[in-house]
Amino acid sequence: MKDNLIQYIYGIADNALILGQRLGELCGHGPNLEVDIAMTNIALDLLGQTRSYFQYAAKLSGNAATEDTVAFLRSEREYKNVLLVEQPNTDFAYSIGRQFLYDVYHLLLLTELQNSKDATLAAIAKKSIKEVLYHQRFSSDWIKRLGDGTEESHNKIQTAINDLWTFTDELFHQTEADIAMVSEKIGVDVAKLKDAFHAKVAEVLTESTLQIPEMKYFQKGGKQGIHSEHMGYLLADMQYMQRSFPNMNW
Amino acid sequence: MKNWPLWEVFVRSKNGLEHRHCGSLHASDATMALENARDVYTRRMEGVSIWVVPSSQITASNPEHSGEFFEPAKDKAYRHPTFYELPEELKHM
Repeated sequence: MKDNLIQYIYGIADNALILGQRLGELCGHGPNLEVDIAMTNIALDLLGQTRSYFQYAAKLSGNAATEDTVAFLRSEREYKNVLLVEQPNTDFAYSIGRQFLYDVYHLLLLTELQNSKDATLAAIAKKSIKEVLYHQRFSSDWIKRLGDGTEESHNKIQTAINDLWTFTDELFHQTEADIAMVSEKIGVDVAKLKDAFHAKVAEVLTESTLQIPEMKYFQKGGKQGIHSEHMGYLLADMQYMQRSFPNMNW
Repeated sequence: MKNWPLWEVFVRSKNGLEHRHCGSLHASDATMALENARDVYTRRMEGVSIWVVPSSQITASNPEHSGEFFEPAKDKAYRHPTFYELPEELKHM
């Protein structure tokens, strides 16, 4: 039970951690000052959420674990984030496309997680949901601006959505920890979020004059710790300080 | 993005106070200006309300005319209501 709960928490928190790290890469590199600050704000929201989850996970696992050891000292296979969030910031359209697809899922997940029988998880969800409402508003607005903007912006965001689409189905796959936690009424049955996800995504894409990609085969593996080639580089970057100067503090 | 117009941002720090000018930013339209203002100017809990106004809509006084505009007020101390006593409870005057 305890191990499943910890794995379940990783499954949620690693998405926020890795997406936060990806967005953090844009600090100082956004297309302009306003968007730069907006995206790093979102990164900080996600890292804040990650801390709440990891503090809880560390407490559950006992021994010497802390939020920092959980975040920085696991190996690649031990991260349970979906493939979508580790995809690189190829260009602004990819960053926005990735954000939008994740935000729609994230909001649906947190809405359900508020009803968790686990009081800590329910509280984290309740606090995070206001942040994520804004994330979805920000990314949806940008999808519309790019899609219904110039021919070039339209093509770029359509390409990004098409390329990222292959990572969307994994969001709704259940892990062993998911199944165990759903049966305890602690976890959310993500398979049930799929229809709402597609309805919302279709609504925004259609309004943005974008095509909804059609695809039969999807990528998966992140939830089992089997990541894309981008993950190693991301972790090397993220873990560098703790690996070079073990136990360092701010 | 180079062609995005400039917007002036006004933030009210708490209810009961007035909106104050706090800076400017670039955005393609009013919605984006409002969202950008939220991210740039209120991320440290600075506000409870935001106004954005296109900078082009502001008519400003000309510094060259400051002589005729402002200087005549200088020696008219009797226009200041300094002879009234304010009740203790009155704040923000």
